Amino acid sequence: MNIDLSRRGFLKLAGAGVAATSLGAMGFGEAEAAEQAHVRAFKLASTTETRNICTYCSVACGIIMYSKGDLKAGEKAELIHIEGDADHPTNRGTLCPKGSALKDFVRSETRATKPRYRAPGASDWQDISWDEAFDKIARAIKDDRDANFIEKNAEGQTVNRWTTAGFLAASGSTNETAWATYKVVRSLGIVGFDNQARV
Amino acid sequence: MTNAWTDIKNTDLVIVMGGNAAEAHPCGFKWVTEAKATRGARLIVVDPRFTRTASVADYYAPIRPGTDIAFLMGVIRWCIENDKVQWDYVRHYTNAAFLVKEGYGWSEGLFNGYDADKRAYDMSDWEYQIGDDGFALVDPTLQDPRCVWNLLKAHVDVYTPEFVERVTGTPRDRFLHICEAIGECSAPDKVMTSMYALGWTQHAKGAQNIRGMAMLQLILGNIGMRGGGVNALRGHSNIQGLTDLGLMSNLIPGYLSIPRDSEVDFKTYMSTKGNAPLRPGQTSYWQNYRKFMVSFQKAMWGDAATAGNDWAYHYLPKLDVPTYDILRMFDMMARGEVNLYFCQGFNPMLSFPNRAKVTRALSRLKLLVVMDPLQTETAAFWQDHGIYNDVDPASIQTEVIELPTTCFAEDEGATINSGRWLQWHWAGATPPGQARPDTWIMGNLFQRLRELYRTEGGVFPDPIVNLSWDYKDPHEPSAEELAKEMNGRALADLYDPKDPGKLLVPAGAQLSGFGLLRDDGTTMSGCWIFTGSWTQDGNMMARRDNSDPGDAGTFPNWSFSWPANRRILYNRASADLSGKPWDPDRKLIEWDGQQWTGYDVPDIAVTARPEEVMPFIMTNEGTGRLFVRKLMVDGPFPTHMEPFESPVANPLNPKLLGNPAARIFEEDLKQLGTSDAFPFVATSYRLTEHFHFWTKHNRINAALQPEFFVEISEELAAEKGIARGGRVRVWSNRGEVWAKAVVTKRIRPLTCDGKTVHIVGIPLHWGFTGAARKGFGPNSLTPFVGDANIQTPEFKAFLVNIEPAEGEAVS
Repeated sequence: MNIDLSRRGFLKLAGAGVAATSLGAMGFGEAEAAEQAHVRAFKLASTTETRNICTYCSVACGIIMYSKGDLKAGEKAELIHIEGDADHPTNRGTLCPKGSALKDFVRSETRATKPRYRAPGASDWQDISWDEAFDKIARAIKDDRDANFIEKNAEGQTVNRWTTAGFLAASGSTNETAWATYKVVRSLGIVGFDNQARV
Repeated sequence: MTNAWTDIKNTDLVIVMGGNAAEAHPCGFKWVTEAKATRGARLIVVDPRFTRTASVADYYAPIRPGTDIAFLMGVIRWCIENDKVQWDYVRHYTNAAFLVKEGYGWSEGLFNGYDADKRAYDMSDWEYQIGDDGFALVDPTLQDPRCVWNLLKAHVDVYTPEFVERVTGTPRDRFLHICEAIGECSAPDKVMTSMYALGWTQHAKGAQNIRGMAMLQLILGNIGMRGGGVNALRGHSNIQGLTDLGLMSNLIPGYLSIPRDSEVDFKTYMSTKGNAPLRPGQTSYWQNYRKFMVSFQKAMWGDAATAGNDWAYHYLPKLDVPTYDILRMFDMMARGEVNLYFCQGFNPMLSFPNRAKVTRALSRLKLLVVMDPLQTETAAFWQDHGIYNDVDPASIQTEVIELPTTCFAEDEGATINSGRWLQWHWAGATPPGQARPDTWIMGNLFQRLRELYRTEGGVFPDPIVNLSWDYKDPHEPSAEELAKEMNGRALADLYDPKDPGKLLVPAGAQLSGFGLLRDDGTTMSGCWIFTGSWTQDGNMMARRDNSDPGDAGTFPNWSFSWPANRRILYNRASADLSGKPWDPDRKLIEWDGQQWTGYDVPDIAVTARPEEVMPFIMTNEGTGRLFVRKLMVDGPFPTHMEPFESPVANPLNPKLLGNPAARIFEEDLKQLGTSDAFPFVATSYRLTEHFHFWTKHNRINAALQPEFFVEISEELAAEKGIARGGRVRVWSNRGEVWAKAVVTKRIRPLTCDGKTVHIVGIPLHWGFTGAARKGFGPNSLTPFVGDANIQTPEFKAFLVNIEPAEGEAVS
């Protein structure tokens, strides 16, 4: 067959083929059309595949994510399945008990989904918009930095540090997030800067 | 890792000590299984618990938590005594022959120069003798009593098998059996690998544990070899990347350092970073430090960093203490000296020691900002959850803002695995609700801040208003833009210094390697070790060619490995002095008479002649270091130190408390417990069904391991009247937890110094948010003290007490 089949196209054909062949062999030729209508296409046949890397430990297994909807095409994409990437040299398609359940992490009911604010002494959250949150944070940074930034130490040496604020960075985020974060944090003069390397 | 996960298949012997790869890194561990199945490799596990890794090992030995140095120095002593040394390697590729100053010495558990009041050493004599030519003196015959080899022999002399058994509780016959297996790997064609994780780092002398193994691997000639090396398994998916990028108090990307107060200008800063070679003809690659540093400053501040302003040197903050690490910051916070704190994908409420102190510290902040894909305990630290978080919200005045972020499935970029591979990934799902990428959050925040400084002025606005932020959408820099910036590009036409007419790189082009970086402002690079990851040829991190030339396990065209796409660090040491592989079956690179060729990017200049340039090009010596000079604050050799909380005194010197050179704050010193009130040794660990505090948000994993428990031996259960599955209370001098008791044969009492030592295992996956039952973690109990060099908290060895508590047994 001189056709360059995509993985998805192959799945569609294979599904239809199995049904047609077995029915035909049993002599139910006329029932084929009716039966075909009942054969559900493989779930993955209508999904978009995306290569990714497991977010847990640093073995960094290759994974393939299957989504309904194509994010690159500007569609809403709902993650419906994750499996190990068989082409990946390290894991060769395998996943551990954590990686096998990755999809449930992404779709966890306790994901944070909206900015929230807790007032002094309050016992509950209240909603806040992104704009309000950014304004509040930027104001707090500027006021505290302007009040507490140390330009010179007791010996008159230039030190340009700000010790009344600190920043803990993630270790599951990308290098690119880390670099953008590094630039902002260091430009402010923050020295209380750390990541999960210590714990 | 010096090597890669896929390289483990090349080994003859795997030592897992200070880790539990079968549970914590299952898909990497299958390369151990591969080596066992195809090469007949053996697996040895040394651990306080009979772990799942131990259950598939060829040999297992128990060890008391916090005594690994005694074990490792004992192995080194045994190897030297029994001539299990790769002599050619040790003579040429280590500093065994270097002569050390007369003042250096060790007695009664301490090195020379100790000041008990400062808890610090005067390290000035921990150096080589320097000759008139400016180079270190050496004795290639190893006869001089001051040579490193003879000092090492004297140093390890106390670690007899009897001493090792007395300190570690490891039965002597088991210890000796392991010594013999390790000793076999001193043959040039036998190789051992070490796999360790937080079981070695989370001690007040964690860095010295790892040095102990590095020294052993040098003595066996296993560094740089296929199937060898010292391999940190690492925890989070990009812990390697964030460390490489210097998101730590004292670091600049690529392992450069934040200046100290005393380094008053760029010239003074650079004066200690010349890195002149200590032996003739050696590479000492850190001589290029200035190129990396100037290129970094240009990446940060672009045209505002000029020769005239010391490359914007004073835009960088200066340090008055070695680090403002997490322990120092939370201690300051608890004393009301910190007002604002940001947690980006980090849950210190469960990660940092002495949770009561962490809660107290967070309660004194004015504003806490949490950015996370999950609803963390840290964001909710002010909520009353009964015994699981016993606080009064009304009394906590901290404002909290919780910002929802994307997770891996919804963002694009690279993460770095333990083997230093930068692997690109793509977004495939729409973020839930209003969740946004961290880059969008940092971009928006920065835009607002810069605007405030532009319109209002303020204190020292220069580094903020001049920060290079030339992105197409300044509110959300793209992963591609940021990755290209880290790689670096030419800011002017770069010509060959040896042939000024030859254009190497036109202005604006991405650089292909860090050898092109300049210190005159004509190049920029955010992180020099990543140079080569996004070149004119595109994104090298996205490469997916999984072919493996020579079946060497290197996969050179899969993603990109720093530095320079090198897969095995120090690979020059895989060949002998003349450049022939020590083991032809394990060839990595070899000298063909003109240059180095092979299956990996040579870790040496490709035309460096083999008998002239030694393999360890990053050290000033050109060799690996058995004696580490004054580069570590707690000694040039590892010496046995007890944990800060220990059931026995240090037999080398009963007066010593923990690591004598480790910092401990006064308040935390007072909170240390002693073995009369807290007779049992506790250690924290992970389970294969969970990842830290993340998977408890996931229903499947929450169902697999739903409930917090502690693990104790049948003997301890009998002694304390604890029923299998019964409820227990465990407490330290800092806090208490309630748990189910898992009574097993996996933990057995040990005998140390004639005393029975019981061990309590405490897994770390529960809190009060998510899908699993509410529970506790070890950090409710652990001491607030860290490693002397890098301040990793001592989670793996501390003291507790245990008793039955009210509640039904489950079985």
